[in-house]
Amino acid sequence: MNFPILTIATFLPLMGAIWLLFINKGKEEKIRRIALVTAIGSFIISLPLFFNFNLNTHEFQFVEKVPWIKEFGISYYVGIDGISLFLFLLTSFLTLISILASWTIKDRIKEYMISMLVLETGMLGVFISLDLFLFFVFWEVMLIPMYLLIGVWGGPRRVYAAIKFFIYTMAGSVLMLVAIISLYFMNYKATGEYTFDLVKIYELDIPMGAQFWLFLAFFFAFAIKVPMFPFHTWLPDAHVEAPTAASVILAGVLLKMGTYGFVRFSLPLFPYASHQFVPIIAWLAIVGIIYGALVAMVQEDLKKLVAYSSVSHLGFVMLGIFVFNIQGMEGGILMMVNHGLSTGALFLLVGMLYERRHTRMIADFGGLTKVMPIFAVFFMIITLSSVGLPGMNGFVGEFLVLVGTFKSNILYATLATTGVILAVCYMLWMFKRVMFNKLTNPENQKLKDLNKREWAILLPIAILVFWIGIYPKPLISRMDASVNHLLTQVDEKYKLTLNRLEKDKIKYAMKDELPELAQYQED
Amino acid sequence: MDLIGYVLLFPIIGTIINGLFGKKLNTSLVGIIACTAIGLSFLVSILVFIDLLKLPPESRLFEKEYFLWIGSGSFKSIAGLQVDPLSTVMILVVSGVGFLIHVYSIGYMHGDDGFYRYFTYLNLFTFAMLLLVLANNFLLMFIGWEGVGLCSYLLIGYWFEKKSASDAGMKAFVVNRIGDFGFLLAIMLIFVTFNTIDFTEVFLAAPEHLEVGSIVATMIALLLFLGAVGKSAQIPLYTWLPDAMEGPTPVSALIHAATMVTAGVYMVVRCNVLYMLSPFSMTVVAVIGGATALFAATIGLAQNDIKRVLAYSTVSQIGYMFLACGVGAFVTGIFHLVTHAFFKALLFLGSGSVIHALGGEQDMRKMGGLKPHLPTTYKTFLIGTLAISGIPPFAGFFSKDEILLEAFTRGSLLFWGLGGFAAFITAFYMFRLLFMTFHGKSNMDKHVEEHVHESPMSIVFPLIVLAFLSVVGGFLGFPAASAINDFLAPVIGGGGHLAMADGGEAHHVSGRLMYSMMGLSTGIALVGIFLAYVMYIRNPDLPAKIVDKFKLVYKIIYNKYYVDEIYDATVVNPTVKSSFFLWRVIDVRVIDGFVNGVGRLVELKSEVLRLFQTGYVRNYALSMLFGGVIIIICSLILL
Repeated sequence: MNFPILTIATFLPLMGAIWLLFINKGKEEKIRRIALVTAIGSFIISLPLFFNFNLNTHEFQFVEKVPWIKEFGISYYVGIDGISLFLFLLTSFLTLISILASWTIKDRIKEYMISMLVLETGMLGVFISLDLFLFFVFWEVMLIPMYLLIGVWGGPRRVYAAIKFFIYTMAGSVLMLVAIISLYFMNYKATGEYTFDLVKIYELDIPMGAQFWLFLAFFFAFAIKVPMFPFHTWLPDAHVEAPTAASVILAGVLLKMGTYGFVRFSLPLFPYASHQFVPIIAWLAIVGIIYGALVAMVQEDLKKLVAYSSVSHLGFVMLGIFVFNIQGMEGGILMMVNHGLSTGALFLLVGMLYERRHTRMIADFGGLTKVMPIFAVFFMIITLSSVGLPGMNGFVGEFLVLVGTFKSNILYATLATTGVILAVCYMLWMFKRVMFNKLTNPENQKLKDLNKREWAILLPIAILVFWIGIYPKPLISRMDASVNHLLTQVDEKYKLTLNRLEKDKIKYAMKDELPELAQYQED
Repeated sequence: MDLIGYVLLFPIIGTIINGLFGKKLNTSLVGIIACTAIGLSFLVSILVFIDLLKLPPESRLFEKEYFLWIGSGSFKSIAGLQVDPLSTVMILVVSGVGFLIHVYSIGYMHGDDGFYRYFTYLNLFTFAMLLLVLANNFLLMFIGWEGVGLCSYLLIGYWFEKKSASDAGMKAFVVNRIGDFGFLLAIMLIFVTFNTIDFTEVFLAAPEHLEVGSIVATMIALLLFLGAVGKSAQIPLYTWLPDAMEGPTPVSALIHAATMVTAGVYMVVRCNVLYMLSPFSMTVVAVIGGATALFAATIGLAQNDIKRVLAYSTVSQIGYMFLACGVGAFVTGIFHLVTHAFFKALLFLGSGSVIHALGGEQDMRKMGGLKPHLPTTYKTFLIGTLAISGIPPFAGFFSKDEILLEAFTRGSLLFWGLGGFAAFITAFYMFRLLFMTFHGKSNMDKHVEEHVHESPMSIVFPLIVLAFLSVVGGFLGFPAASAINDFLAPVIGGGGHLAMADGGEAHHVSGRLMYSMMGLSTGIALVGIFLAYVMYIRNPDLPAKIVDKFKLVYKIIYNKYYVDEIYDATVVNPTVKSSFFLWRVIDVRVIDGFVNGVGRLVELKSEVLRLFQTGYVRNYALSMLFGGVIIIICSLILL
């Protein structure tokens, strides 16, 4: 067996968290350093995943499989493909950045860092699990530290926000658990084997009626996470109350769990139901794109604005996933990464303002470019990346999604493209009110520009923004094999079901009209 | 021709150096770096041009591909550059005029706090504009397209502390995006139709794939044109351009007169094959162009801000270019684009020289009598004014006259009438501007008057070069031996045989008609000039009397037909209001209200359910039994 990169990268943060348990909580500097070093370690270890990734296979790579609870067919089965690779890298990158951004946390720093590191293990685990049970465990594991981060280190209404987040997500998870268990038993019925092995369950031929219900159960779990309109109202509350780093993780990674779930589970497991649900999902996505943008436009709180913009962006991702072609899917996945980078960076930038001024109200700012010119440059870059300016990362994903959508439905594409106009409206209007005009508020007079740590946080993101925008090939080419395979897999299974449906129809029709012939055929 | 990459490389190097280190460098070095970058780019453009001339006309197309930018499935956008007569003309104009304006900016922006920031943006703009015209496919062109839009936004809002400037920047970006909406959809439709977005491949396939007048061809052409309307400030999306005058004047000259705003014309000409497949969209182009030419010219009549007059005249002149394209005279459109770049850059830079001399004053009512103070500026400005008014032998005469001729012969009397009337108004308001600024008695403030001086060499030199070009530029397209016509001919009607009946440029008009039309259009311009002379020199009280008599008309024109107000009332405000409604009512009350309502309901229910939590094992056992029975019954029924 090869070097277990995935396991080490995933569990290193947990080790770090355990290490922190034994550190005296007075040693704040040491606690920070340990957390940072663990996060860096995890990130560096995960880098070979990118460089050694085999472009020519859709099979899962860097696979590790060890039986866990044999009696129930549960195993520790992990691996990545072109779909999860970038989400995995994004997670370890953003956690690292978030820990760096949490340097100014004073309150219970030890517990805070422990939560962050446990959260990282949970998130990384979600993206690599190929065993449904393992997946669910990780899915639940990450929920608790996030709940704590919002509920303990959050703003004034943190308890309401944390509970709302928790209950919303839980409601979805419960349904998903039911669906997972049903799949487990169905698989047993079909093959006689008790297993949670996702790759085996992919082979399962699920009857249409069951597909419908199971899809729906997964749908709620994922749609809440995404969040799709109208399941999104937990998001603005959670973001507003959450500390900066939690917002970064929430927007950057946690939302992607929903869209990733659709790609990894809903589509390949329930292709027929997925196709049937396209109109509903596409319309919800389009409403999300436009509604999210419009509501974002009139927000008075910077964090809420960014939160609603996420609803809009994730609408694009959903649309891309559910048009069933390569441009849409690759665009969707790329957009998950891009959204993680630019929205994550937006929350970081807002956090930097908040640390200085202890307010996030747009009206309290204005003319900041004068006193914070370097901050202004980064803010501008990220703003433009978020509105999808060509040459920057956001455009590539967004355009591919739109092309993919256009191929399958011109009306959807046209409506979604209006989001391109609206994005400029809400982002640039906000930018204008915060950064431009005359600096009138005396409290803004003496704001300090970025310090070295903040430079170190923003610079890597800015580099990635341009890299993905100008030369996205290393990313897209790594997705090709997996996405192609996924789409053919879905397509074949969908056609199979359709064929059967057709045959059934013919059979019924024959039975009705020509009983003798039907009898003859059956013989 | 392999050098073509350097045309782009130099400006981007300039951008990077000044962007990263400009703050620490001293200002003269920043200026030198920026100017050298564009100057080198211009030199390479000339070399490329010479190389191209060496080739026989029919093989003047050279493509250089660098790397695969976006590739997903069958969708491919390769980063590559395309050299052909059209892109060569454009890079010569962009880098040439761009270079002059860079030099001018050194003097004009001297002492400004953001000197390095200014030159970084200006270099970046030149890069993006060159990319726009050199791109070999639609999506790469779109990078340049958005890139110039970004630089325009940054430079309009350059003095960001001024609210009007940052408002204008945002308005420009948003309005342009409305156009981009069309452009993006057009790219998608092109891809779905042709399975490629490469220019050469699309234009080769189009005449075979699409019938003349087919819906797809019309949709593509109109969606592209929506993009052009946004970028080139045509009706109904022109409102951002006059506001864009908030930017520094050299920016207005380069971006909002000579180059960026003409990108839409370039794009339509580039896609002439597609337009020729759709006569309907050609008509739309001509109507919008002609209407804009006249409409914007009338607004120019009543403006008092020197730059705003020039801005409306830009809108109007670009209307002429679209009018030319719309009647099928694509080369004439480009010809006017080139001459316009010379004389409009000259006029803007001249107005900048005036503004510079007057310490920032832009209101023409506070000028007058500047001729002796600013002799060189006056002379060059006069040349520019004569050129735009269409007086022979200045550059604008040849191109504008040719447009009017084409509008008449290929289009209709209506198009000719629109253009002709606009020409009359143009001559009038331009001479009004000239008279109000340089002639008559001085209306300057006292302290301003004391400091009036001719501008420094770095400002005057570009004026002289541009004035020279405004004189000779027209001979590029001298009717008898049109160099530009022959040069650009291979680019037009790539589809050849399937083009519209009279689509090709080989289109001859009888000499008699041509010369009588020339005489007529010169006459129109002279009448306009004479009227301005009567009203502003001979009888300066006349304008006020006329205004008194036609108060309402004047008020409407002075307020630009209230178009901005109408847009605010019908589009902007309703959008903002309904967004507030969506947020405060739908999101907070309805959706979240429902969620919280469920929460409260659960709270109430649990008050009841708590009664079952007795703590006695026997009660729990009983419930378990009941539950078990229910489950068994259910499964029996269901299975």
